[in-house]
Amino acid sequence: MQTRFQGRVWTFGDDISTDHIIAGKYLGTTDPKIFAEHAFEAVDPTWAKKVQPGDLIVAGANFGCGSSREQAPIALRTLGIAAILANSFARIFFRNAINLGFPVIECAGLRDRVKPGDGIELDLASGEVRLPSGEIMRFTALPPNVLEILEAGGLVPKLRKELAQKSSPALT
Amino acid sequence: MSEKILARASHAESVHPGQIVDGDVDLLYMHEMLAMALMPFNEIGTMKVWDPEKIVVTLDHWVPPPTPEIAKMHQTIRDFCHKQGIRRFHDVGDHGIVHQLIVERGYAHPGDLVIGSDSHTNMVGAVGAFAAGIGATDTAAVMATGRLWLRVPETIRVEIRGKLADRTGAKDVILKVIGTTGDDGARYAAVEFTGPTVKEFPMNERFVLCNMTTEMGAKVGMIEADSITKKYLAHPGVPFQPIESDEDASFAKTFTFDVDGMGPQVACPSNPANLKPVEDVEGTKIDVAFLGSCTNARIEDLRIAADLLRGEKVAPGVRFQITPASQIIYRQALKEGLVEVFLDAGATFTSSTCGPCFGGHLGVLAGDEVCISSTNRNYPGRMGSPQAQVYLASPWTVTASAIRGKITDPRKV
Repeated sequence: MQTRFQGRVWTFGDDISTDHIIAGKYLGTTDPKIFAEHAFEAVDPTWAKKVQPGDLIVAGANFGCGSSREQAPIALRTLGIAAILANSFARIFFRNAINLGFPVIECAGLRDRVKPGDGIELDLASGEVRLPSGEIMRFTALPPNVLEILEAGGLVPKLRKELAQKSSPALT
Repeated sequence: MSEKILARASHAESVHPGQIVDGDVDLLYMHEMLAMALMPFNEIGTMKVWDPEKIVVTLDHWVPPPTPEIAKMHQTIRDFCHKQGIRRFHDVGDHGIVHQLIVERGYAHPGDLVIGSDSHTNMVGAVGAFAAGIGATDTAAVMATGRLWLRVPETIRVEIRGKLADRTGAKDVILKVIGTTGDDGARYAAVEFTGPTVKEFPMNERFVLCNMTTEMGAKVGMIEADSITKKYLAHPGVPFQPIESDEDASFAKTFTFDVDGMGPQVACPSNPANLKPVEDVEGTKIDVAFLGSCTNARIEDLRIAADLLRGEKVAPGVRFQITPASQIIYRQALKEGLVEVFLDAGATFTSSTCGPCFGGHLGVLAGDEVCISSTNRNYPGRMGSPQAQVYLASPWTVTASAIRGKITDPRKV
């Protein structure tokens, strides 16, 4: 699993809902490209065109609140967003992202220390974010069971592995 | 209460907040998100669902399907349910907004661990179940294994006391609670409602309270089952074994709301916590009034609308749409003559769907439109154009506003 990320920052405020991330009118498909094309359209209609793979999102509190639509993290992941750092996450968005193998990190106070376009470095293993000034901010490590899903590359690969082990004759 | 249910579901003597448990799911229910869950389900590779008898599926977000692609999506879901032997598949015609369908058909019981593929699954906690919403990959995992990891939530107790003003109800109460605690005031927590006002609320009002704990960020909203719950769930063959909160249960926080004499409340654009008493927004011109969604489109809500509309007309230039929460409610509204009242007044009445609430289809908003809605969310773009303005309110306030063409205190109609 990739644990170090270096990227350009996009900033968002508090209470960014899944309605902001991907509007309901685009959910009548299962095609991730459609979700990606319209990501954050309600905030900035040209955002999806400006994002580069490897970019990072830094947001305020309660990121991803609202609908349980997994199309929201899928949209951001498909655009190549490497990780999301926020003061806090809404619970379903957090689970959905982790299940996709998409790093989402709670780092309280980071939002006020960065501005759009800043380059920051994220180290999941050491639990550190390096700001453009060189200053280091620490974040709380993910719980072990969550880290396990992330390390497996998501919930599906983790379950596949577990089911394969269960049915393997060598282990019975 | 939630700790007791999670202990039973994870075969532990007791569990404590913060602990991660693997729970055996008593009921998994899904709507069109099943289509999104199929790819991960197929990748997991069990081929068969863990137990078709513990699964309920209906179609609600896009009913009837507005595009060929969605019609195809419905076909895929229909075929999957048939092949997997999911008997409780409620197809178009027999459908309802899934949370409503689950409670009105007696599919969820007190003490159950219920998992739904939608954020408003919290509503089902009003029968005394632990009912939490999840996304597509988690849904696939539960379909394959029958289990889900859950962090045992802290419990926040919300006590409601006092007698509400006339034409004021549970929607006004929950908007007040959200406006006070914020839209992340109960993030990751279980919210347990109690107090004399809650104990007197009928089930339809209790559903409203639990439904919008989602807008507090809560994992579940719950109300201890009592004689009112028992009567509501009196379906043949449905067991009733309520789980109670212990006398000495510990709560992370307790909020007490004295709602004595409290009047109608409105959540203003564009956050459900942006609360104002109706007096502060009275006179705001509206273009659309919507009575629908899992939050407030039960038969009792439709009766309120009909009571206010009898002998009245919807204001010129305003479209008032009423969309019942299920086909059972649709039929009941017909039987009681409510539909005729709606049509006489110039309102439109549609088949049951989530459509307008999430801006999907069947009545969405233009950029310069102002809407008052009985639904649960008003984030930008929620009901159509990101520029549209959505005010959330009770069925009384929505209907009174439809008649006057502007936000109106229902006590003045």
